[in-house]
Amino acid sequence: MELKEKLISSFLAFENQVNLDTYVHGIRTKAIQDFEEKGFPGKKDEAWKYTSLNKILKEDYSVFSKAENALEYHQVKKYFIHEIDSYKIIFIDGKYSSHLSQTTHDGLDVCLMSAALSKPKYRLVIENYFNKATTKDSFDSLNTAFSKEGAFIHIPKNKLVSKPIQIINFSTGKEDAQLIQPRNLIVVGENSHVQIFERHQSLTKNPVLTNVVTEVFASKRAIVDYYKIQNDKPNASLIDNTFVNQKQQSVVSVHTFSFGGKLIRNNLNFFQNGEQIDSTLKGITIIGDKQHVDHNTLVHHIEPNCESHQDYKGIFGDNSTGVFNGKVVVEKEAQKTNAFQANNNLLLSNKATINTKPQLEIFADDVKCSHGCTIGQLDDSAMFYLRSRGIPEKEAKALLMYAFANNVLESVKIPELKKRINKIIAEKLGVNIGFDL
Amino acid sequence: MLKIKNLHAGVEDKSILRGINLEVNAGEVHAIMGPNGSGKSTLASVIAGKEEYEVTDGEIFLNGENIDDLAAEERAHKGVFMSFQYPVEIPGVTVTNFMKTAINETRKAKGLADMPANEMLKMIREKSEMLEIDRKFLSRSLNEGFSGGEKKRNEIFQMAMLEPKLAILDETDSGLDIDALRIVANGVNKLKTKDNAVVVITHYQRLLDYIVPDFVHVLYNGRIVKSGTAALAHELEAKGYDWIKEEVNA
Repeated sequence: MELKEKLISSFLAFENQVNLDTYVHGIRTKAIQDFEEKGFPGKKDEAWKYTSLNKILKEDYSVFSKAENALEYHQVKKYFIHEIDSYKIIFIDGKYSSHLSQTTHDGLDVCLMSAALSKPKYRLVIENYFNKATTKDSFDSLNTAFSKEGAFIHIPKNKLVSKPIQIINFSTGKEDAQLIQPRNLIVVGENSHVQIFERHQSLTKNPVLTNVVTEVFASKRAIVDYYKIQNDKPNASLIDNTFVNQKQQSVVSVHTFSFGGKLIRNNLNFFQNGEQIDSTLKGITIIGDKQHVDHNTLVHHIEPNCESHQDYKGIFGDNSTGVFNGKVVVEKEAQKTNAFQANNNLLLSNKATINTKPQLEIFADDVKCSHGCTIGQLDDSAMFYLRSRGIPEKEAKALLMYAFANNVLESVKIPELKKRINKIIAEKLGVNIGFDL
Repeated sequence: MLKIKNLHAGVEDKSILRGINLEVNAGEVHAIMGPNGSGKSTLASVIAGKEEYEVTDGEIFLNGENIDDLAAEERAHKGVFMSFQYPVEIPGVTVTNFMKTAINETRKAKGLADMPANEMLKMIREKSEMLEIDRKFLSRSLNEGFSGGEKKRNEIFQMAMLEPKLAILDETDSGLDIDALRIVANGVNKLKTKDNAVVVITHYQRLLDYIVPDFVHVLYNGRIVKSGTAALAHELEAKGYDWIKEEVNA
């Protein structure tokens, strides 16, 4: 059976697991209809021209996880930013692991989507925010249809959340092939500040496909720093659908570090619903083998006097392929918009490919919008310079690649996370350079 | 220290060096002079191991060992250093991190442990003071936005840090004002010992007032056509290169 048909028929089974008489279930029902209508995107869809889903959609995925799987902290510690105190919302094969988690309801809610969907006290938040930022595309509709579990973070106003929040989804491979669809909702109140770290980690050789939806709502003057580490197993694929809805004077940044996995698609969407909003979208991609990473970004400037900053660096080796499709829409009312976009790429092999496409749709006349993309190789004269000082070829290459990616790392605000990313980059490049940038 | 026998080298189909013979012993300073396009910078790059140049004939020995097949970094580990005519700008790598990496990679190649951090800092402090380099300069990205003089001073700072056996200074005087020239030359003279050697490549005699050579060679059309003492440099300064060309072409 085709995956699409399997999913649609699974919806009936899904309905046996959930309460049908709810506000959310109406949304789910509509979403499965949307998905049925749209199906999975193909190469004819402009937004998927350079990313083929054929290979990952042919697997016979289990839609529901059957077994309750347990993991001990020491087995998975390395996937946490364990050097710092943090809140943790941890899932194993899509199911909540209370053992590995550290949640709270003390002054703020860091808990589960399943709780938020079922408890009356969260009814208003859910009705106000759930599925309000999504674009009702194929993948986010699919996720919405099966939405049941994930992270729910609700920060009231004037709250500086002192500890970062880690959301980690592990998959153990108890099923031959697993589809996981976490659903996260993050609502940050006025003047509040929170740092969030998200990771999807397979622990198996078996195919895993994660289709995650995260909605972030930043109220007036809220500050949200969001970090995604994507360094997954060779048979794990990720469709990340993130929707950020910002109110006036809020400052939201999303950093995406893509270092591994079979196929990664990041659909990252920012909507600026207010003035003097600041949005930052940054990423470092370093891949090899036949890996594929696709950054598909949208910044929608709706009101005047806002800024957006996009800076994506990509390093592609072997037969890997990359896509950057950065869309910036500036509405007629959005005067004095300042939108910046850069996408710089290094190709390390003759067989590596990058498709980069800036897409600017500007309807206002008094704006500053810049974009630039570069595709290059490592500079021979720089290589010789480093090597002539005794730095071997491999280390010299690594040093130049570090330097290339450096300014994206500079804006990471959690030092331990920065260190960790440095370490992953060094491992990725197969070197041990004795310093952090 | 350095022995070059009948060296022929070029880029793609273009031959640049056409039979260089040169012997440099420990404790000596050699100057290589010559008109533009004579092959001076090519010679420096070939000794340092730049892969762009193809050696078609001849051999290069360092302390009796043939280094023709060694990569640039392996030559550096054996004590070869070249001060670049045009040092490369490397944004994102600070001078300090660069030096730390270069020194520790060289130590690694020799089977030594990393240099302890306090020792490294002490060395950086001493050597930067010797070359009158502002401390702030060390945390800047390598050569990025440096003036011509700062770049050259930074090259000699690297030389001071790496303590090479054979230093080749490729047009280190170009782009230097007289004060910077004096600082750079003083640095080189302080680094000079009886155990190392310096090859100064220059178009003008000016630098040789400060770094006095034991031998002066004139390179023309890819060959050393004349060798002499420091007096030869003065003669070239007074008379230019035309008489050499005439002698060769006669």
